Amino acid sequence: MSLILSPAPHIRTKDDTQRLMLNVLIALVPCVIAGIWYFGWQAALVLAVSTASAVLAEFVWQKLTHKKVRIFDLSAAVTGLLLGLVIPPASPWWMVMIGAFFAIIVVKQLFGGIGDNFLNPALTARAVLLASWPAFMTAGYNVGRFDAVTGATPLLSSASTMDLLLGNVTGAIGETCKIAILIGFIWLLVTGTIRWHIPVITVASACLLGWLLGTDPLTTVLTGGLLFGAVFMATDYVTSPMRLPAQIIYSIGIGVIIVLIRKFGSYPEGVTYAILLMNIAAPLLDRVVPQRLYGHAKAKKEAK
Amino acid sequence: MSEKRQNLGKVVFNGILTENPTFRLVLGTCPTLAVTTSAINGLGMGAAATFVLLGSNVVISALRKFIPDKVRIPSFIVIICMFVTMVQLLMQAYLPSLYESLGIFLPLIVVNCIILGRAEAFASKNPVAASAADGLGMGIGFTLALTLMGCIRELLGNGTVFGASLLGTSYQPMLLMILPAGGFLVYGLMLGIINALSNRGKEDAK
Repeated sequence: MSLILSPAPHIRTKDDTQRLMLNVLIALVPCVIAGIWYFGWQAALVLAVSTASAVLAEFVWQKLTHKKVRIFDLSAAVTGLLLGLVIPPASPWWMVMIGAFFAIIVVKQLFGGIGDNFLNPALTARAVLLASWPAFMTAGYNVGRFDAVTGATPLLSSASTMDLLLGNVTGAIGETCKIAILIGFIWLLVTGTIRWHIPVITVASACLLGWLLGTDPLTTVLTGGLLFGAVFMATDYVTSPMRLPAQIIYSIGIGVIIVLIRKFGSYPEGVTYAILLMNIAAPLLDRVVPQRLYGHAKAKKEAK
Repeated sequence: MSEKRQNLGKVVFNGILTENPTFRLVLGTCPTLAVTTSAINGLGMGAAATFVLLGSNVVISALRKFIPDKVRIPSFIVIICMFVTMVQLLMQAYLPSLYESLGIFLPLIVVNCIILGRAEAFASKNPVAASAADGLGMGIGFTLALTLMGCIRELLGNGTVFGASLLGTSYQPMLLMILPAGGFLVYGLMLGIINALSNRGKEDAK
């Protein structure tokens, strides 16, 4: 099975989809723990429902269309868990289920299944839920330890830096605890599941542009879903560009769009839309950056 | 194309199903996506387009031997404009609320590619009766498609069909469905389903 799509030469490794997805699941464990710790049983329920629904949707679809059932490659579980981590902890169960079904069936399977979806399924489902039930998606944050807190999303409130770092603020289940995200990031790097370029360049470009527009870089990184999106969403193999120069443009694009939406848009947070927009651009980016074929010397001008 | 006699019933049926303008020819997608936020809007738009289609097909077909080939497109548009203006004034007078909700898309029927497309592809080459049948069939096909999409979107996005509540008060409407993105989603899914169904029929025939 081919996994990492790249120009030749292809060297086979032990890695297969299941192993890579398992690495992602392990990397998400700190976020899951932090989310449940801060938001309580409701967060656990949301995560369980979204993961189970995503796997169920994949299973049912592959059965119905007489395809090989591949739920054990864990990609559906990752999609479901990621979706659960980017929605509010008090999301009603039916909304979580619809989101997971949408992610797997409409975004992933209808475009050909794993490897063929052009948008990140979990993020697209989040965008769909946000457009469909804005009331639940913007008001479902105040549960667990935050019974007394009302209003302000983390982007707008003035929580202390330490609270932001530890995740002691309201937000989507997985995005608040930055420490947990960083632990996951380090795991992904150590296991070679992702490379550092996309997350680091995304965050750096967002910080730089934010700073130029007068936002403290620390605030840019520690609020909202930037870190979670950069580490777990933007690095999706299928929907990010394949080659490094394209990945750099892609990451800068994400960072820039995030800051533009935060600063000038009508939504408080723009990570979802920034990543989805650059997902769409990813195949184009792969085409426009110059490619050196294996075995060819650098193209000489007189050769033309 | 020679002006041989055509089975009028077949021509009507052709427009409704085999060459449904919305789902088979993928024409007129702009009003399809824009006005199908409710069943009544879809029906109203379809009815208006059917009237224009029928009228313009008949007149263009009757005049097809007098219209010089080089200026046929402008001539068609003038004829279509006449019928669109009639629809617009009638609707403004008798159905003001529908007129309001269709808004700009009512005058835009003038540039609806189904109408110009049928004028060019059918009415300018066929006798009056066949052209009328074609206009009627295409119009009904368009109306059915728009009403169907309107029903789906209104049901999911508002819990109602033609304003009647079907899903009860506990239903949380999926707002996306009556937003533009929902139009694209429903349209894409319907096209997919219809293609899948018609392909299945072909495989069985083999």
